[in-house]
Amino acid sequence: MRHIISILIENESGALSRVAGLFSARGYNIESLTVAPTEDPSLSRMTILTRGSDEVLEQITKQLNKLVDVVKVVDLSEAAHVERELMLIKVRATGKDREEMKRMADIFRGRIIDVTESTYVIELTGASSKLDSFIAALDAGLILETVRTGVCGIGRGDRILKV
Amino acid sequence: MISGAEIVIRCLQEEKVECVFGYPGGSVLHIYDALFKQDQVKHILVRHEQAAVHAADAYSRSSQKVGVALVTSGPGVTNTVTGIATAYMDSIPMVVITGQVPTQYIGQDAFQECDTVGITRPCVKHNFLVKDVKDLAVTIKKAFHIAATGRPGPVVVDIPKDITAQLCEFDYPKTIQMRSYNPVVKGHLGQIKKAVQILQEAKRPIIYTGGGVILSDAAPQLAALARKLNFPVTNTLMGLGGYPATDRQFVGMLGMHGTYEANNAMHYADVILAVGARFDDRVIGNPDHFGQEKRRVIHIDIDPSSISKRVKVDVPIVGNVADVLDELHKLVDSGFKANPEVANWWKQIDEWRGRDSLRYKQAEHIMPQYVMEKLYEVTGGNAFVTSDVGQHQMFAAQYYKFDKPRRWINSGGLGTMGVGLPYGMGVLMANPEAQVACVTGEGSIQMCIQELSTCKQYGFPIKIINLNNGMLGMVRQWQEMFYSKRYSQSYVTSLPDFVKLAEAYGHVGMKIEKPEDVESALRKAFTEHKDDLVFMDFIIDPVANVFPMVAAGKGLTEMILAEDL
Repeated sequence: MRHIISILIENESGALSRVAGLFSARGYNIESLTVAPTEDPSLSRMTILTRGSDEVLEQITKQLNKLVDVVKVVDLSEAAHVERELMLIKVRATGKDREEMKRMADIFRGRIIDVTESTYVIELTGASSKLDSFIAALDAGLILETVRTGVCGIGRGDRILKV
Repeated sequence: MISGAEIVIRCLQEEKVECVFGYPGGSVLHIYDALFKQDQVKHILVRHEQAAVHAADAYSRSSQKVGVALVTSGPGVTNTVTGIATAYMDSIPMVVITGQVPTQYIGQDAFQECDTVGITRPCVKHNFLVKDVKDLAVTIKKAFHIAATGRPGPVVVDIPKDITAQLCEFDYPKTIQMRSYNPVVKGHLGQIKKAVQILQEAKRPIIYTGGGVILSDAAPQLAALARKLNFPVTNTLMGLGGYPATDRQFVGMLGMHGTYEANNAMHYADVILAVGARFDDRVIGNPDHFGQEKRRVIHIDIDPSSISKRVKVDVPIVGNVADVLDELHKLVDSGFKANPEVANWWKQIDEWRGRDSLRYKQAEHIMPQYVMEKLYEVTGGNAFVTSDVGQHQMFAAQYYKFDKPRRWINSGGLGTMGVGLPYGMGVLMANPEAQVACVTGEGSIQMCIQELSTCKQYGFPIKIINLNNGMLGMVRQWQEMFYSKRYSQSYVTSLPDFVKLAEAYGHVGMKIEKPEDVESALRKAFTEHKDDLVFMDFIIDPVANVFPMVAAGKGLTEMILAEDL
């Protein structure tokens, strides 16, 4: 099962390595990880996309809670939430492909944010599956470079992760 | 304003630290200078940093206080890693203060630099790098707080040399609040009520207790509850002494080398009350085999992550073992009706007991079991027994009957050879009048043997019981049983003359080769040489094995008994 774990952690040097080290030491996998300070600069929020059985997820959340720097842990995927991922993708845009690329970006509600004579950089935000679909929809030979942020997410409505 | 180095020492004084175990070096010279200028905190100079950490660890194990070690940067730190990992696996509260190269040199591959926080991170409860002298006192306060509360563990405080030279006001916080660290103490009352209900229904109950009972000083609570319930009690290796071994309700240690009755009772129990134990692989054997029996499990532990980690738990109770046992006892006292079928369970257990699974045959050689029995007799069961790791450790655990907690000092989780002698030093610093026996083997003792020199310097009268079979016994036992007697590298040649070695360090050495000399040698060591370190080299049966044995991958009831062979 796919799970999105949100962590509030003291914004101190080495905090990331404690979390990453825990995952590698105990054999849990990280599919993506994003981290940045919150509106309170003393706290960082980390979002980890992982997969595992219910038992493994129970251990992951317990082990994360055990880290001294971790303030709160929530499995976002346990309830209603929204998730987004940002991708920047650089594609070849010459000849007839140039128009085609523009059209594809529009269809997926992407934005072209850098233009040269032969390339576009398209910015695309959405659920990870949408980004996957966009990549699949393009001619692989035209993709020059991709970079993705990994998933970040937030609970819907009154579900609030705060100290 | 005082220097960072003085702050370190003042913090230790505030924490009522009586002694630190350590080894000086460049990065901690300021701290050692501050140490020199006072006499409240004693310092024990070891011969290798590993021993400093082991000694601090045993100081804590034998006293409940937080052990403290002080070492320099680089190799000083890397030498402590085994000791820190050992303490971590057994949840021992300890603060390790490490020197670091000056702040401006960090990351430049400076002389004696290493990434202390990075290297120790996976084997500490928490660690700190102090970057500002203003944070020093509060960081040390946090370190002691984190080490000793919740599930205890080692904490490393890495202090760059320049920080120890800078001046700052000293203000030691009385208490500390951390929004990210608030361990639970009290158990959930609803869960405790559920537990009482299940205990009343139990037909074949067992109380299974581990190191958590020792760590939370819950032995009196455990004894009171167990007697009230009249349920059998088994201890893990780490839990020995948590319940009196000479009590009728005690069925012995369980696990890989547990007794026949303990392992069977654990396996066939319909209700397990697990207290401060974590269903370790050496305890339950093959988890699939263990899972075949239908049973209900109540698990009391301070660490939520220990619950349902290896065995599914029906009633988890997170909290400090001593507090939860108190609550449980209160409820049991107000109208508990034990299931009458428990009487039949006791009959079954007594039948298992009848197998006498620790029986062994005397031989012309000294049998290691016999040495342990005699050690128990001669010390009246009152010694602190430190042990190394291997067959001798199991013999000590099986044949020395621990009636009191904190008397059995060994590396259970990590299984670190070489701890025995430095453990003895730590025990004696915490309990200066204690009788201390270090049960070891000729393999293990050589892993920290340099500490004989420390023992001479401080007059530690440890009695070393060297069960010398000229073999790495536990390795040899496995090779005999599972590798068709291919004794790959388990045979120790070129052993030193231990008697001469002990004498060279200024101690008393004895070599004992006949069974009839065992008792007199022990008596002599513990009376005539009461104040000396005595190295007793017992030349034992080279092929004695530890039984019962649950082989790796086998179920808990699939024991090999001595009588089977």
